[in-house]
Amino acid sequence: MGRNYSFLLTNLVLKDFKVRYRNMSLGIFWSLLNPLVMMGVLTLVFTRIFPNYSMSEFAVFVLCGLVPFNFFSIAWASGTTSVIENSALVKRVRCPREVIPVASVLANCLHFVIQIALLICFTVLFGHHVNRHWLWLPLVFLMEVAFVCGLALITSALNVYFRDVRYVVESLNVVLFWLVPIWYALDKVPVAYHFLYQLNPVTAVILACRRILIESSAPPPTLLVKLPLVSFFVLLMGFLVFRWLKPRFADYL
Amino acid sequence: MTPGRGESLANLASHAVAEGDVRHKRGAAVVEVHQVSKIYTQHVARGLLRERLVAMFRSATAHPFYALRGVSLRVNAGESLGILGPNGAGKSTLLSIISGLCYPDAGTVTVNGTVAALLELGSGFHYDLTGRENVALNASLLGLTRKQLRERFDNIVAFAELEDFIDEPLRTYSSGMVMRLAFSVAVNTNPDILIIDEVLAVGDQRFQDKCIKRIYELKAAGRTLICVSHSSRLIEALCDTALWLDHGSVAAYGDVHDVVKAYDQSGSGKDVSA
Repeated sequence: MGRNYSFLLTNLVLKDFKVRYRNMSLGIFWSLLNPLVMMGVLTLVFTRIFPNYSMSEFAVFVLCGLVPFNFFSIAWASGTTSVIENSALVKRVRCPREVIPVASVLANCLHFVIQIALLICFTVLFGHHVNRHWLWLPLVFLMEVAFVCGLALITSALNVYFRDVRYVVESLNVVLFWLVPIWYALDKVPVAYHFLYQLNPVTAVILACRRILIESSAPPPTLLVKLPLVSFFVLLMGFLVFRWLKPRFADYL
Repeated sequence: MTPGRGESLANLASHAVAEGDVRHKRGAAVVEVHQVSKIYTQHVARGLLRERLVAMFRSATAHPFYALRGVSLRVNAGESLGILGPNGAGKSTLLSIISGLCYPDAGTVTVNGTVAALLELGSGFHYDLTGRENVALNASLLGLTRKQLRERFDNIVAFAELEDFIDEPLRTYSSGMVMRLAFSVAVNTNPDILIIDEVLAVGDQRFQDKCIKRIYELKAAGRTLICVSHSSRLIEALCDTALWLDHGSVAAYGDVHDVVKAYDQSGSGKDVSA
């Protein structure tokens, strides 16, 4: 089948996006509200209520954690349910089914871009200057998108056979909020527990963000090797698992 | 339907114009289905983990349900096949298998050429999007490129006669309008094989005639049609051969007039629209 996947993907992403925003009067404002509220609450808790955090610019610090994590959790959750929500397509229209979870993840990228813009605004507001290391940012964020696409391909396919998978994903997102260094620094974690963070691309993206935006330096080389390796491995696994599971989708939807 | 319908359809046929390149030599098999069976095991219908676990221990009591049992057929380029049968006979399952949407548990299916399938009214459409956005979405789902859509967009809208409503959201359309748009997109992808499940019934008489005329044009150009309908008259008007399915098995297969006659006489094929 010599097909134009990019046109199909574009149309599916646009569909997701238009459907989501056409019925919202405040539109993209909602993309900004969630990270702003979370940042405000976490800053209040860790600088006023439990002021045990010796960090001068906690707001930027926590936003560096929230923005990548928000994208990760929302895109993964919506990607997981995407195949079931588009069951009419899967059962009735012959199209490459892989595009469904991938389009669902990509449709979340506009929020992500808006939130990244917010993060950049705060960084500049707190007196950091634009420098050449910022060129690493698009690459790092791209790795995260690839990673989430891979995860969503796996879980969306499993979710067709076991509808419980989406609840597992939701619970994992709650757990990961604490096991990803969003409101704390990785240095504060005892070395014995570092293994929990080693191969997690979301942690890597957050650490890279802080390195680039707060410390104005390039991410460490080991991170720049491990992040693409893990992300592309998961993406590849995603396509393989999806291809393995998709032949019987129509029978289970 | 009116008694004189057969004649008027014959006229439509004679008006049909050969168009475009004939991609397949007339007489070459485009769809070949050989001894296909499809089995649904009834207890796996719902995908909850609990039920799957329970089912594992009860597998002895699970009784398979044959949606299709040893079905064979062959459609050549430029021919059309009609599928008849009561509800639950396996017609839609057979179309899904030919369209490549699900796989048979036994037997083989060979399809040579591009397929455009209209299996359910409005599948691949989103009701919050406008007609224009839905045309783009549906055309890309059927494999059209951006350039092809640009070239054919006006034709698609004109054939559906929806120029005045194309920027309105689809939820404001009547089911007839949705069908017109879906049919128009599907035929304008110029498929080698057009597969239609009952959707024509939604349109009014005039648009049905227009669709039938268009299908004759496609046939004259060497394209293939497979359609399902409860209306044996419609099948007789459109198709050269017919397949009568009953409880997943072939009850009759051959020349359309013979099969329709047997089907109507059996009592199961009482034409509700007559």
